Amino acid sequence: MAMIDRSFTIIIWIMAGLVLLAFGWLVSDVVVQGAPKLSWQFLMDEPTRSGREGGIYPIIVSTLLILMTALVVVLPLGLGSAIWLAEFSSKSSKRVRTTRLILDVLAGVPSIVFGLFGYAFFCGFLDLGFSILSGGLTLACMMLPILIRTTEAGLAAVPQDWRKAGAALGMSRTTLLWQVLLPYASPAITAGLLLSIGRATAETAALIFTSGYVDRMPESINDSGRALAVHIYDLSMNVVGGDKASYGSALVLILMVVIINLSASTLSEFWLEKKISRLK
Amino acid sequence: MSEFLSPPKNIDRWLGIGLSMLMGLVALLLILIVAFLASEAWPVIQGDSWARFFNSDGWYPLENKFGLLPMLWATLAVSVGAVVLAFPLGLGSAIFIEYYAPRVIGKPFSSVVTLLAGVPSVVFGLWGLTELVPLINNVHPPGASLLTAILVLTLMILPTISLTSRSALSSLPAHLLQNSAALALSKKSMIVGVLVPTASKGIVGGVLLALVRALGETMAVLMVAGNVVQTPSGLFDPVRVLTANIALEMAYATGEHRAALFASGLLLMVLVICVVWMTSRLSSGEVNGYD
Repeated sequence: MAMIDRSFTIIIWIMAGLVLLAFGWLVSDVVVQGAPKLSWQFLMDEPTRSGREGGIYPIIVSTLLILMTALVVVLPLGLGSAIWLAEFSSKSSKRVRTTRLILDVLAGVPSIVFGLFGYAFFCGFLDLGFSILSGGLTLACMMLPILIRTTEAGLAAVPQDWRKAGAALGMSRTTLLWQVLLPYASPAITAGLLLSIGRATAETAALIFTSGYVDRMPESINDSGRALAVHIYDLSMNVVGGDKASYGSALVLILMVVIINLSASTLSEFWLEKKISRLK
Repeated sequence: MSEFLSPPKNIDRWLGIGLSMLMGLVALLLILIVAFLASEAWPVIQGDSWARFFNSDGWYPLENKFGLLPMLWATLAVSVGAVVLAFPLGLGSAIFIEYYAPRVIGKPFSSVVTLLAGVPSVVFGLWGLTELVPLINNVHPPGASLLTAILVLTLMILPTISLTSRSALSSLPAHLLQNSAALALSKKSMIVGVLVPTASKGIVGGVLLALVRALGETMAVLMVAGNVVQTPSGLFDPVRVLTANIALEMAYATGEHRAALFASGLLLMVLVICVVWMTSRLSSGEVNGYD
């Protein structure tokens, strides 16, 4: 009996070790191969020879423009829907259950399918062409379910007593929402927002056929622009001898995503602590 | 929730209507996606011409042969293989964090899992392409194969399984632990016999979520799987999955070929909807169980 127990413990430790090992291998590989490429010059130069040499400045600008376009659309749509789900709908109604199922399906739609849809709808039907605008709108569609889910969870975590207290004070639901619920849920909402930005920054498949491949500096959001993840894909698959530059870009991308995700978790922890200390 | 509140004032009604319209727009998005995929695929799915996706003998777009079956099998093989590998590792690492790791190891370990969840899929692909492919090539050429795709995908979906299993385990009521201790169960018996079975619904939900992610993954698999259209017959065969096929051929496809690619996107949607429906059946069962 003790034998089985001990081997179970050993197996669990080995599994954890394997996970750690794989992670270490991946990260050290990207850092070791990417670090020699990383410099101020690399971040600030235009790419030359299909990206083998030069930097990634226009690509970073395009990536940020795509993200910004996506945010402008996703913020009102996502926050509004989440507030309706959490505060203005009755939980057990058939309409809400259907909506939830739709959101679950949307969250599971493969990114390449979003890419197909964006290509047919934004680029083709709405005639926006391969542009930063099309790419940003496609990304917005992808971010919606994540943002709605996390915002709704943040609002649901507000204690029910606060709603009752607000009602007892004769507050309208709108005032209650604006003055009490949203400020309380703001760390959770911010964390969810950052999480969905992180997901969007990492996205490739949805952008290849919507924002395009062009690695020049974009002049407006109607121009095609290459996102950082697309750049890495192109360098490693289509450009012979692009591996070094690809690793450099991968390191930049990982750093961006890690910074975004870390600020998400620290922000929410910081605000949570402040709130708890204020309640005391 | 709203039953506790005072009756809505005028401004509340207007806000509610406005917000529900936003929600309606979001719901409309799914309908739009399906409608646009279907309308673009229409030339090849109308009447009974969709049948050739499943009975013609291969994918030769130039000869108007659009057999999706080899790529469908490849998609299923890659996804199921990755889930089979990632399930024990993910659940094991969740058990490790919850019950075995000393605090000094547990906290950094769980941040490692969270960080792994944020690594972009192209970076997994790049790593697989430059590290794993040459390694497997030494064992059995060509290296870019079903096995490589499974290994890379395993690493990608492992955090999903680990994080959901962990939250299922950590939300178990404390009396389960106390009762097991009172029965003098060993740690292993308590975990295998009591805790994991009780949390099984949450764990299975996480596995299905990971399966959805595996079915839809494009870039990482495209970069390491070799992309030869064939029904996989061994772990070292290069394969092409449905998602990769779309990404590879969309750039130059026209006419029926293009429509067939949209049809394969539609097929992916059907797969995802099936799994999500299963997941929602599962979680609604859970709610009834507690009622």
